[in-house]
Amino acid sequence: MDMITSILAITIRAGTSLVFATVGEIFTERAGILNLGIEGIMLMSAVTGFAASFYTQNLFIALLVAAAVGAAMAALHAFLTVTMRANQVVSGLSITLFGSGFASFLGQRLGPAANNFRLVGLKGARFMPASFEAVSDIPIVSAFLNQDLLTYLVYILIPLSWFFLYKTRPGLWLRSIGEDPQTADAMGIDVIKAKYFYTILGGVFIALGGAHLSLSYTPGWAENITGGRGWIVVALVIFSMWNPARSLWGALLFGGINAVQFRLQASGTTIPAAFLNMLPYLGTIAVLVLMTWWEALSKKVGAPAALSQAYMREDK
Amino acid sequence: MKVVFEKRRSRARGVLFAVPALSFMISLLLTGIVLLIADADPVETFASMASGAFGSSNGFSETLVKTIPLALTGLAVALAFKLRFWNIGAEGQLVLGGIAASWVALFFGPSLPAPLVLPLCIVAGLVAGALWAGIPGLLKTRLSVDETLVTLMLNYVAILFAEYLYYGPWRDPKGYGFPGSAPFIEAAWLPRIFGRAHAGIWFIPVIALLLWILLRRTRWGFELSIIGASPRAARYQGIAVQRNILLAVLLSGAISGLAGACEVTGISHRLQQGLNLGYGFTAIIIAWMSQLNPLAIPFVALLMGGILVGGDQVQMMMGLPSAMGTVMQGLILFPMLAGSLFTEYRIRILGGKSKQSKEACTEGEA
Repeated sequence: MDMITSILAITIRAGTSLVFATVGEIFTERAGILNLGIEGIMLMSAVTGFAASFYTQNLFIALLVAAAVGAAMAALHAFLTVTMRANQVVSGLSITLFGSGFASFLGQRLGPAANNFRLVGLKGARFMPASFEAVSDIPIVSAFLNQDLLTYLVYILIPLSWFFLYKTRPGLWLRSIGEDPQTADAMGIDVIKAKYFYTILGGVFIALGGAHLSLSYTPGWAENITGGRGWIVVALVIFSMWNPARSLWGALLFGGINAVQFRLQASGTTIPAAFLNMLPYLGTIAVLVLMTWWEALSKKVGAPAALSQAYMREDK
Repeated sequence: MKVVFEKRRSRARGVLFAVPALSFMISLLLTGIVLLIADADPVETFASMASGAFGSSNGFSETLVKTIPLALTGLAVALAFKLRFWNIGAEGQLVLGGIAASWVALFFGPSLPAPLVLPLCIVAGLVAGALWAGIPGLLKTRLSVDETLVTLMLNYVAILFAEYLYYGPWRDPKGYGFPGSAPFIEAAWLPRIFGRAHAGIWFIPVIALLLWILLRRTRWGFELSIIGASPRAARYQGIAVQRNILLAVLLSGAISGLAGACEVTGISHRLQQGLNLGYGFTAIIIAWMSQLNPLAIPFVALLMGGILVGGDQVQMMMGLPSAMGTVMQGLILFPMLAGSLFTEYRIRILGGKSKQSKEACTEGEA
């Protein structure tokens, strides 16, 4: 029982950054914008957030800096794809290319002179787990309630964004933008403004995911601290079928595979780690295939219909 | 006052060339600002990058070493993009090509007649790349599963599979724990022509020319261009859309697989870490910057390869982070992406009168 609780606790910790970014990308894609810049945004927010926490020792400022960086990068993606109508795949990949390069550049430049201008190996302020005495002995439950502030924020974010998307009027508008922007426009929604807003909001959530890595999960800055999480998030969005409520399961599954892997390796199993690591990607392909199949049976489950299509009023 | 985008009737030739050139200059400016903030002299840095990449025979051969996989995957991606098949899996197809070439070299090389080894390695790379691209190709054409995400996911499957091989069953027992296979026999080595630059470079002009002829001068190329412009129109003309897409995707994967085979037989002479350096992603950017023109791709690839080598150079010479190269690549892209609008649209600023804007709209539809 103890082991399950501890695996679960690690899984939730590992899943926090994934949920933030997944919810952010769901908002973005619901507005019809595919943002493949997640990896770049997460790296940039991780490095700038950590630098801010190192110099100010203030976690609030660190989060603010990370969020601002995420918002700025997402705004760039929105500008390129919405206003300048650039291809969304290429623009997103450029954000990732630039972001990962610039993050590693900053990591070797933002540090103090004493550390040769490097950030690697420094310690800043970090989020600490806050546990609740009353539940600390209850198995399973204690795994959920011995986490840091950002993880607690995730517990609120998931139901809140689900409620927003499915139970409120602006949520309905958002979904209609991703499905049929022309109709949304005819309904009087400012499609362009909404696309900007949700892409930037998504960027902020993605950035919080990146900040969780350098401020809590693996405190400090290291090259490639995200380890490809930005790409896993692209898969997780599909996995949760663009529904924030389901983002938890995907993140737990992906985080769980990591946690279980540590255990398996420790116990000297013969299943090679590489194959376990492949599972999330293969699983995502399987989900994609099944979803497309269902949709062919005329059941609406999957991607926003107008995802990654540029919206042009004049071309109506 | 109103700003209106009008669709151009044909792509403007002058703009096609002006946009990349202007973007490059803007990127120099932006990178210069980054360098100034980072307390480095931009002029000195650029000079050092340029001389590092193109100024010495050693540097130039390293630039060519990077140009080969970049140009090949760039050509591969451009072919798929022509059909609006968003193959972002060139990275994985390259890795699988490398695995297949290594498989032939390691397990069949010693028993085959020497002159056959290298050609068979290359063929294995071509076939493996094609098959790996065939998975999203079939899923797209048979089940209409979105190819962007499938090709993206398959990259990681391929990379992990390569890792499994060189950490696991293929690991060199005499490698002192180094993650990599045993070295290939010499019959499987692509000859070097200049420094570390190898004969794989000859594939670039051959494939670029073949693709250009194929796309511009053959009936098949004509069909592909109709499919790319409008799949529905193609279907009405009796073109086998799905089969043509699948064929083009297989060819695209084969070219990426060739790039992987060249990497292992030309550079590392074994399967080891560092086969996936993100060339497949940079390739997308190269294809895009070249406006999918096969004849432009080798030159853009040379420039991008040079920027990467130049980045390594400024790290050694000036103590700047080597990521400088990637930062600069990214900064070329943003103005380029923004500028691509001007190749397809014309901007017109209209006065307050609504009659004029109405005219512009009708013209836009034409």
